Amino acid sequence: MSTKIVNSQTLKGLDHLASVIQILTDKLGVKKWDLGASSSNDISVQVDKGNAKQLKASQKTQITLRVWNSDGLVGITSTSDISDEGLYRAVSGAQNASEFGNPNDIPEFSCRANEPLPLIERPVKEPHGINKLLELLKKAESNLINQHKAIKTVPYNGLSESSYNRLYLNSNGINRYLTRSQSSIYLYARAEELNRKPRSSGSVRLALGTGQLDIDGCINEAAHKTIKHLNYKPIDTGKYLVCFTPEAFLELISAFSNLFNARSVIDGVSLSTKDSLGKQIAVPFLSINDNALHPANISASSFDGEGTPTSNLSLIDGGILKNFLHSEATARHFGVLPTGHAGMGSKVSVGPDWFVISKTMGINSIDNSLNHKKYSQKFVLIEGLNALHAGVKSTQGSFSLPFDGWLIEKGEAISIEAATVAGDIKQVLKRIVQIEDEIVDTHIGVSPHIWVEELSITGEA
Amino acid sequence: MSLDESFSPSWKETLEHLLSYGKSSGADFVEIFLEKTDCQNLLAEQDHITSVNPSFTRGAGIRVFLNNRDGFVSTNDVSENGLMLALNQALGMLGLTNNSLKITNFDGLELLRDYGDNKNQWLDMCPNLKETCNILLAGTNALNKYGQHIQVRRASYSRSWQEVLIASTDRTFVRDIRLHQSIGLNLLSADKEHRTSIGRRIGSSDLPNDIREWIPDDCAQDVCESASKMLYADYVEAGQMPAVLANKFGGVIFHEACGHLLETTQIERGTTPFSNKLNQLIANEAITAVDEGTSRGAFGSLSVDDEGLEPKKVILIENGVLKQFISDRAGEMRTGHPRTGSGRRQSHSFAAASRMRNTYIKSGNYSPNELISSVDYGLYCKSMGGGSVGPTGQFNFSVEEGYLIEDGKITKPVKGATLIGEAKDVMPRISMCGNDLDLAAGFCGSVSGNINVTVGQPHIKVDSITIGGR
Repeated sequence: MSTKIVNSQTLKGLDHLASVIQILTDKLGVKKWDLGASSSNDISVQVDKGNAKQLKASQKTQITLRVWNSDGLVGITSTSDISDEGLYRAVSGAQNASEFGNPNDIPEFSCRANEPLPLIERPVKEPHGINKLLELLKKAESNLINQHKAIKTVPYNGLSESSYNRLYLNSNGINRYLTRSQSSIYLYARAEELNRKPRSSGSVRLALGTGQLDIDGCINEAAHKTIKHLNYKPIDTGKYLVCFTPEAFLELISAFSNLFNARSVIDGVSLSTKDSLGKQIAVPFLSINDNALHPANISASSFDGEGTPTSNLSLIDGGILKNFLHSEATARHFGVLPTGHAGMGSKVSVGPDWFVISKTMGINSIDNSLNHKKYSQKFVLIEGLNALHAGVKSTQGSFSLPFDGWLIEKGEAISIEAATVAGDIKQVLKRIVQIEDEIVDTHIGVSPHIWVEELSITGEA
Repeated sequence: MSLDESFSPSWKETLEHLLSYGKSSGADFVEIFLEKTDCQNLLAEQDHITSVNPSFTRGAGIRVFLNNRDGFVSTNDVSENGLMLALNQALGMLGLTNNSLKITNFDGLELLRDYGDNKNQWLDMCPNLKETCNILLAGTNALNKYGQHIQVRRASYSRSWQEVLIASTDRTFVRDIRLHQSIGLNLLSADKEHRTSIGRRIGSSDLPNDIREWIPDDCAQDVCESASKMLYADYVEAGQMPAVLANKFGGVIFHEACGHLLETTQIERGTTPFSNKLNQLIANEAITAVDEGTSRGAFGSLSVDDEGLEPKKVILIENGVLKQFISDRAGEMRTGHPRTGSGRRQSHSFAAASRMRNTYIKSGNYSPNELISSVDYGLYCKSMGGGSVGPTGQFNFSVEEGYLIEDGKITKPVKGATLIGEAKDVMPRISMCGNDLDLAAGFCGSVSGNINVTVGQPHIKVDSITIGGR
């Protein structure tokens, strides 16, 4: 077999890819198959004190192929080798794996894979190129360091551009394709003062292209946070009224997204059960949607790993659990339609796209007077949670997480030197006392500031 | 250059052409890293195999240095044209777009140093799919045998086979084959509102038969015993207290709290408090710590690093005194600390960086009981979860299985504990080391991706540490 490389830069060799897979599956007697593929081109720069530190570029291609064997069992293979030999190896590998397919959980093609896709306006932006990125990041680093004499370095920084294509094909002739561009910047400054511990904070911005990136906003936010953290002291261990910033609350909810995950429910590793639907799991003024189509979701995709259209799905409405996130197989299990949250695999994973957290229309919070900009009594403002991979027990519901934040007392904000916040997510959802009105778009979702009473904080005072 | 075949000396001419081209374009140094992988991940749940995921990759990473700056390009296209495109892109990043110099001070590659020569059969020697499935199902069956209040039984296996070919303008020309396998059990127990999840995992490098020697029954008994103790555990009360950390995976404290700060990547960033502390006391005199890549079969061992250098044993700390840093090529160029065979990367998509291998605190003279009996009230951390270190050196890691120590004795189980601190504060407080050094396999995520490592220590006592809890 001759080697013919599909154009990995754009996957425009789509017809070729489909025809090669068709030939190979015919040859190996495979009648039913589907595949997901992606290709990307990325460039990124890092700088160190005005000099280029590392400049990177990558071209990646990845294909995941599923085949159904004559017994109806499913096997899968992933490969980055899309030469004809590589594809042959993928098809035969998937066929071998199918001998060990799970007869109790056989995925099928999504019944929604032929539905029209939602229109998502994400115009692809032309890349600026490595030299322009370098120039912009050097300038950003310099501007950030110049914001305060204590800011000595920006040890973690990066500016990147990427363009990528994604597709879904199956043996029924379904063909989904999208192309996107994205640019991002992150700046984490380190500030030091004599006889004081170093302090660090930062900011991230995403956009469709470098020209749309809010670089100044990123600099200002990183500087503002870092400078504010210079005035720090330890906090006493105890129970506190806590206000989560939108980003911090989104991080917490995302860490416990198994609450909404039908795959996890079926597997017994979710905090929810099938019977949880329709139950009150949070205060009535909390609502959460998963909205892949939200305008702030820069990398919004119109279809999931099984070709199902994505959508805006209500998860919690008025504190009541309304829906789970589904793949084709979990939806069949629950007797509902797939929701557009599937990956691709022999055991298909399910995951959220873009959480949108809001106050339920027409229902007041317990304490509407709480506002993080105005409240003058003692509370802890949690700006960001750290080490979620280590401090979250997602199957148990508990968390114990280091955080960056402030103790606010009598209107004065003092940065907290080092502390952790601990609790149980089910209790947190029921101890929310206020959801502020202002909704903030972040790079991981959308949420207002959210207040929770009686959370345990461990400090070093 | 068929990629169905092993990397061979026949690549030499192509690689020399590319390297020569890079040098003649004005680069100080050029490195080409070629990779093929064949991986297998399996999952068993309850009494069924629920996921079989084979995957294959191939690709190249090309790195070019000029005046201590570097440009790195990775690609899946390893045809000669594809490699030349990537090289030109890397050169262009550094402003080296003119190949008209025509002066090549490159003497060609050395003869291939083939560390993979006796490893060509390893992939075939590993358990096949059917055998692996049976081993996993024996594991979930054993959990059923010993567990109580079982909600979920899982066994998982991961095999990563990697063949690499490394060539660079310092004449390095190296081939290697790496094999990593890991297997483990996880049990979720639940009784009304009480839930606990306990897991155990082993991992090895370069031992194709290792998984066959794993005893599912022993592992399941260990998991089930811990789960039964932790199911009804109360939450730990937060505060400052002494802690005794068990051996094996307890070593994650040193890995996170100190090890990362001894990598030259941290010196480059200015994020380690130890950069100017060489030959100074940075830890309690009870501490001697090592990073090496040569322990047979250990998860972090390697025949040659990802820059073509054999791993060297590094005494990081000797009796509390900082002796050496962990360094890669860029680290040597930028900080002056000599390379230690620690240039590592997850795959061709990452440039190598200075990373730990098998990192551990050496044994002391005390028995584990002597450590525990020296504590009036504190925490015994039998099993650790994961952890991380922040940009200012603050670390944290979760305790998977913990017990109170009261009046010198281990008493009731407690859950929800997190250990928090800063390396330079905590290292002097490790006052006692047990005589029972043991190692455990783990994964470490950092600048050059996720890599296999070993952590380890004997039982150690920290005189005072912040425990996050309720």
